[in-house]
Amino acid sequence: MSVTVRIPTILRTYTGGQAEVAAEGANLGEVIADLEKNHTGIAARVLDDQGKLRRFVNVYVNDDDVRFEQGLETATPDGAGVSIIPAVAGG
Amino acid sequence: MAAQTVASTENSTVDLGPAAALSCRECGHRVPLGPVFACEECFGPLEIAYDFSAYETEELRKRIEAGPSNIWRYAPLLPVPADVATKPNINPGWTQLVQADNLARELGVDAGKLFIKDDSGNPTHSFKDRVVAQALEAARAFGFTTLSCSSTGNLAGAVGAAAARAGFRSCVFIPHDLEQGKVVMAAVYGGELVGIEGNYDDVNRFCSELIGDPAGEGWGFVNVNLRPYYAEGSKTLAYEICEQLGWQLPDQLVVPIASGSQLTKIDKGLQELIKLGLVEDKPYKIFGAQAEGCSPVSTAFKAGHDVVRPQKPDTIAKSLAIGNPADGPYVLDIARRTGGAVEDVNDEQVVDAIKVLARTEGIFAETAGGVTVGVTRKLIESGVLDPGKTTVVLNTGDGLKTLDAVAGTGLTATIRPNLDSFREAGLV
Repeated sequence: MSVTVRIPTILRTYTGGQAEVAAEGANLGEVIADLEKNHTGIAARVLDDQGKLRRFVNVYVNDDDVRFEQGLETATPDGAGVSIIPAVAGG
Repeated sequence: MAAQTVASTENSTVDLGPAAALSCRECGHRVPLGPVFACEECFGPLEIAYDFSAYETEELRKRIEAGPSNIWRYAPLLPVPADVATKPNINPGWTQLVQADNLARELGVDAGKLFIKDDSGNPTHSFKDRVVAQALEAARAFGFTTLSCSSTGNLAGAVGAAAARAGFRSCVFIPHDLEQGKVVMAAVYGGELVGIEGNYDDVNRFCSELIGDPAGEGWGFVNVNLRPYYAEGSKTLAYEICEQLGWQLPDQLVVPIASGSQLTKIDKGLQELIKLGLVEDKPYKIFGAQAEGCSPVSTAFKAGHDVVRPQKPDTIAKSLAIGNPADGPYVLDIARRTGGAVEDVNDEQVVDAIKVLARTEGIFAETAGGVTVGVTRKLIESGVLDPGKTTVVLNTGDGLKTLDAVAGTGLTATIRPNLDSFREAGLV
């Protein structure tokens, strides 16, 4: 499955400054693994030592927060948009 | 992206007073002062690291007490230039700390022990003026001319007002279905106000994406790229409470939780006062308050978890309706470290608490104030909160913003304009 991944500013050093990159994978875990192949080092910024999403990273597949879905197992259909976003406080 | 174009280094020309650098709360990675909010190493939140080493306690206390009757009396402890009080800003703070003896009687608290920190007295009637005033100074320092935010309503009004006063453009994003009062109170300041079809978490996500896009170039989002500075404004609640108690720590504080930022910064402020010797070091407990319909932190606390599972909000307390609270894990740490707790109340209890506070103390709180008063009552009834200790309960906004919550409240009677009718109505 081919998806488009939106890269937050603080990770664009890994993508040569690109805000969006293409990646392959049937689920989020595979998409991140594919990102790592082409942009070495990026996975360690998104995942912790146990391979889980870091707690201050929010990831959306299309409009769905993957924490409400199946986390790294969340399916990434062909043409999906994946957004990686640092968690922010609000109010 | 503005973050890369603004020249800002540790000990640089950016004058933000005692602020020395940004430090990651998760991994300690340190970066120069700038409009960035997430650690490049681990995505953790960045916060201000200060250099307070030059301060002598009694000299600092005198300087504060001689300062203006607003948050700038604490300028030596904030990321602002020393001459901040001379710049156009909304100058919030120094709101009333009300000794709430009538409410104390109602809740079974000892006389003289219960206080309401009433932040409805700020310029736009919520505590958000404190954080926005800080963010405005950071925006000025970093050369931004547009002030923006994602908001549950209160922040929108505060940003609109601050931008108007300072001569900035403002463009604010809110959930499309906010209370009408909050929409009007944000729109009246003349900035752009954009409704997003979604809840607050959706708005926040949108703003986070906008900030990384050329469309958001040069914008200061007070609670996103200016967040480290913005959040420090909540420390002033801690400073004021202690100074108003005669430079003493309260024993117990009840604080509402939306993102959790306010509670964590109140704790930071109390710790700073202790370290600076401005208050005597003694134990205090911090209690967090949520609405049952959006209680991810309370749920995690009760389950003994140290991570917060996001929820889809469904509560009348919209100013607290953040289902994915970024500072939730830190709130859990603080509640547990201080021996406090995190509790929630349902919407009916929120409305009842709003009415109790109004009836007993003449303070009309917005729904967030109903949450803190309702949770205070619940914690007293369950024996978790000690009614014999000095307790400060926060009211963070004005009830005029959430009139819908008490819409059933109205006339006692309708009479003809004569005394007979008055007597017949049983009002004598």
